[in-house]
Parts: sequence; C-alpha cells; structure tokens
Amino acid sequence: MVYVTRKIEFSAAHRYHNPAFSDEENRRIFGKCNNANGHGHNYVLEVTVGGETDPATGMVLDLKELKEILEREIMNRMDHRFLNYEVPELANQIPTCENIAALIWKLLMPKIKKGRLTRVRLWESSDLYVDCYGDGAA
Amino acid sequence: MRLELTRRYALAASHRLHSPHLDDAENERIYGKCNNPYGHGHNYVVEVTVTGEIDTATGMIAHLGDLDSYVAREIIEPFDHMYLNKDVEAFRDRVPTTENFCMEIFERLKRFPGARLVRIRLEETGRNSFEYAGQRNGDEHD
Ligand SMILES: [Zn+2]
Repeated sequence: MVYVTRKIEFSAAHRYHNPAFSDEENRRIFGKCNNANGHGHNYVLEVTVGGETDPATGMVLDLKELKEILEREIMNRMDHRFLNYEVPELANQIPTCENIAALIWKLLMPKIKKGRLTRVRLWESSDLYVDCYGDGAA
Repeated sequence: MRLELTRRYALAASHRLHSPHLDDAENERIYGKCNNPYGHGHNYVVEVTVTGEIDTATGMIAHLGDLDSYVAREIIEPFDHMYLNKDVEAFRDRVPTTENFCMEIFERLKRFPGARLVRIRLEETGRNSFEYAGQRNGDEHD
C-alpha cells in the first residue's frame, strides 16, 4: 500500500453560536469565536489516498483527477465563503474544525474511485488540526 | 468515521543528559554535547492528540479552552522555562531525554476528563521528534 497526499488551502469565515444557548452561555462556551459578525481562517487541507500502484502508470491515482475533485467539491463550496450561511450542510452545526473535517470526509469519500480515502487532515491554524479516518483504519 | 483533534503547544526548557548508571567517560561518549555539565535548552513543541465523539451542542470533541487550561496547569507551568533535571521532581533520578519527557507528558495528560488522549508527539527541535501512545498491549493505560 502506498499513500498519496495532496494539500490545498482555502480561506473561509465562520461563527460559533448555538441558538439553544443564551447569549451569555454562547459567550462563555465559545469565547471570541462567538463574535456576532464572524471571523476567518486560512484552512489547510491535506487529503491522503492509499492504494496499490497501477502497473501501467506507476501511480495510485491520477493526481490531476484528485486536484479536480478537490477544486469541485471543496474549493467551490468553501473557499471565500461564510461557512455558516453558505455551506448548507453546516447550517445546523457549529462549523468547528471537527465538523468541517467530517463534512469534507463525507464529500470526498464517494468521489475517490481509485485508491481509498485514508485520511483527511484539516488545519485551522498552525496550532490546531483535526484528522478524520474511516472506521476500519487503525 | 473516527476523528482526532491535535493541538500544538510550545515550551522552552533546558536539560542535561547524564546517567548515574554510567561513568563520566561513558556518559560523554554516549550523550556527546548533551552531557555538557551545565545543560542546554530547546524550544519544545508538544502535540497533544485526543479523540472522542463530537458534542453536537458545541461541535467539539474536546472543549479547547478546557484542554488549554489543563495543559497549561499540567505541562506548561511545571516545565516551561525550567531546568528539567533539577526543577522537575520526575527527572531527579531519570535522564530527561526527550523520550522520557514525552512519556512523562503522556502520563500527566492521560487523565484529561474532556476526551481520550491518543498520543503525545514531542518535537525537541525541528529535526527530532518523539511519539508515545501509552503501552499498547497488556497493561493498557486507563
Ligand atoms: Zn475560528
């Protein structure tokens, strides 16, 4: 098994706010991330696909194809967007790094036809990232 | 789907590698510059990885504020800007190699109540890093 990782970057805004909580509770739980007008990050996404190499090409998958999938599924949806309002899947969730990484996993899983999606790593900043794995993986 | 959250923290500390089980010549041969009697220091980076279910109310595996304050109390306060050999009880009679330091950090964080600790990765410099995930089989950490 060989693993191939492609890295992309997107910039997006978000806000942490749970309507079930009072304003004070939201403030206490989410701190600055609760700021009413939102704030943003330069997210860095690393997508890892594992598989055997195709004897004819020596590749697990065509990186060009992966690049196009990421462009279509992730960049078009999330880059320069306000995640709470512009990404419908996140409308009823707090758009934390955990929830965004999980959504990216769900979006990419059915699109990767050659090899297997092995890991999605989403960096929100240089001191915080979330890894998403399939259920089987160790 | 399984999620792991990793947070990176920085701390600066000094240490000296010198084993009481070895004589001076052997210490110098094995540890080289790191055996220098007055110690030397590093900018360590601690990567703390936890796992668990997402709390739907907060969208989080572990509340970051809780994790940060736990790490501040258990790791940053006792170790940052310290001479590990003398200022930290755990290293009075254990060589403060980064392997041992990494394991010590794991032991101190494994009871974090907010999520399950998966592993500690400790960077001694940009070139050397160490990882510890507890004893995997047999006497599993709780
Ligand atoms: Zn944010």
